Amino acid sequence: MDDIIVKSITRIIIPFVQLYGIFIILHGHVSPGGGFSGGALFGTSLILYTLIFGVDKAQKKFSHRVSEIAESGGILIYLSIGVIGIFTAGYFLSNKAAGFPLGEAGSLLSGGMIPLLMIGVGIKVASTMVTLFHTLIMEERL
Amino acid sequence: MGIVNLIIVVLLIVCALAIEKMKDLLGAVIVFSIYSLLMSVLWLVLKTPDVALTEAAIGAGITSILFIAIIGRTERFEK
Repeated sequence: MDDIIVKSITRIIIPFVQLYGIFIILHGHVSPGGGFSGGALFGTSLILYTLIFGVDKAQKKFSHRVSEIAESGGILIYLSIGVIGIFTAGYFLSNKAAGFPLGEAGSLLSGGMIPLLMIGVGIKVASTMVTLFHTLIMEERL
Repeated sequence: MGIVNLIIVVLLIVCALAIEKMKDLLGAVIVFSIYSLLMSVLWLVLKTPDVALTEAAIGAGITSILFIAIIGRTERFEK
């Protein structure tokens, strides 16, 4: 798209969308939302960038290789935190019994491992959304 | 709260029927995103802000973009 207004507005609005996505991911255990919603918002911001500036520029910022690593890394974070529970407490994804500090309920640093799980899910969902859209667009030129 | 619920549900039914009747697929996608936004407000009225947030991001945002990308690769009008 070659419209200066659309490009400028997109440049201004993308950081706010990404900040809101990160906010929702990090506050998954104290307020509505969580890894899935926040990751979808974060992915939407990258899709908006692709839509306005073209797939070539977007591939420079967030290439296929990076999204592959982010996608596998997100699910590996989730699994490894779950496996820690198996070794220390005997159950997959066990929280307090595995020794994660619970903190004060309602504050940001609480909930044991749940914020870490949310970060993993957020990375996974965001990169999946972007990969889906990039694949759909790139297929056109094959 | 009952009257708000009723208005949203009636609008949802109107949107769903409009999507089914429309021959212009791009218009249908836009009405579908209106449907998703109304659905998101309905989830909020039903006190599930979690689902409302996801519905607004997935239903109105990503689904519409994916549908529009598909329309760009195929045809705009239904035969």
